[in-house]
Amino acid sequence: MADLHFLANPARFRRFSQRVLPSLGFATVLMLAFGLYMAFFVAPADYQQGQTVRIMFLHVPSAWLSMGGYALLAGLGASLLVWRHPLAALMARAAAPVGASFAAVCLLTGSLWGRPMWGTYWVWDARLTSMLLLFFLYLGHIALSRAYDEPERGDRSAAILALVGVINLPIIKFSVDWWNTLHQPASVTRLDAPAIHNSILIPLLWMAVSLLFLFIFLVLVRTETEIDRRRLENAAVQEEEAAA
Amino acid sequence: MSGFTALLVRDLRLVWRRPGDVGVVLAFFVVAVVLFPLGIGPETNTLQRIAAGVLWCAALFAALLSLERLFAADYEDGTLDLLLLAPWPLELAALAKCTSHWIVTGLPLSLLAPVLGVAFGLDGGSLLALFATLLIGTPTLSLIGGLAAALTLGARKSGALLALLALPLCVPTLIFGAGAVETLAAGEGLWTHLAILGALALVALATTPWAIAAALRQAGE
Repeated sequence: MADLHFLANPARFRRFSQRVLPSLGFATVLMLAFGLYMAFFVAPADYQQGQTVRIMFLHVPSAWLSMGGYALLAGLGASLLVWRHPLAALMARAAAPVGASFAAVCLLTGSLWGRPMWGTYWVWDARLTSMLLLFFLYLGHIALSRAYDEPERGDRSAAILALVGVINLPIIKFSVDWWNTLHQPASVTRLDAPAIHNSILIPLLWMAVSLLFLFIFLVLVRTETEIDRRRLENAAVQEEEAAA
Repeated sequence: MSGFTALLVRDLRLVWRRPGDVGVVLAFFVVAVVLFPLGIGPETNTLQRIAAGVLWCAALFAALLSLERLFAADYEDGTLDLLLLAPWPLELAALAKCTSHWIVTGLPLSLLAPVLGVAFGLDGGSLLALFATLLIGTPTLSLIGGLAAALTLGARKSGALLALLALPLCVPTLIFGAGAVETLAAGEGLWTHLAILGALALVALATTPWAIAAALRQAGE
């Protein structure tokens, strides 16, 4: 973390990200293309689930990234509250919708996968429900950070919320698991392979890394946009003050 | 500790002088609960099954409804600035505000819920379980809701935002609160659920006052 402190200055971060972004974007496209090729053409179809198992290559990494994204929000929130890093606020603002999108992708692909496998778009499965609640936590963070006339207040409120949310996530997860065993008469059979075969594991991990690249790319681009937006707003305020 | 009691007594006295504010919340609770049999139908079996969930959800909504004003009045008339300057910890002030909220909403809701439960055909044991879970669970709602209220202080559309922030965080309490009555009906013991509700309340008690105080500090800046 200490080595990253030099990036706390938005102007320095901008120089850094402008140098990194083109090659990162290029790498992301290449990796995603190869990952999707592996997922669709190289990985074998499941003997039980058929072709639908390929949804997993998008579904599972999205779930991982949406959870990691919330941890990132909490980390950024802590560094905003503790060190008052101006960049942490902008990056949290940039990262929250990206994380929420990954959660939404996870929910949508899960629902599309559930239709052929479980016969319904939605079951109150513990994992689905906790992912839905994570999505709601993201929505709360996004709404709160944009609910104030002074953006700094929204940033700090959202930072506190992210920290509280990250403490609560394991509790929510645990209680939803418990609730599910109370209510669910074990109608959902999941794919209970004792170990995933390499022919599936390798494309899955490859897709996870490429989507991680995509995540980082999107967050960096959106952080740049947030820096520009904040500058424009400040400039507009100064202009108004000068005119008055 | 004197600051804590002073603030608590002051808040309770304010409510005492305008009892209508509490009355509206309790009336909302009753009306919301009564709507469910009207919407779902009067079959006793169905009503018995959904009773705990309905009463718990309605209590959650009623508690949230009254939370919007928890810090807002103090924020608008400058009391909050005085609390920030006061020589005793802001965390205690936050705890006092949540305690007073619980006394004027959580406690009456816990007492009222079993009465409504009778109308849903719950038996004596279930009514007692309902009362016990609400009594242990509503402090958590007051604390988490207090945090949401502090975070949304001065925000646009703070009421809807407050609900969006607080509801996902209240899910564990809801699950174990409403679940307790159901496990009792299934012939299992109640203690696990009550113990977990107590644990949730203690976690909330140990964490939220600090978060509320942090939120209030940045609202006062």
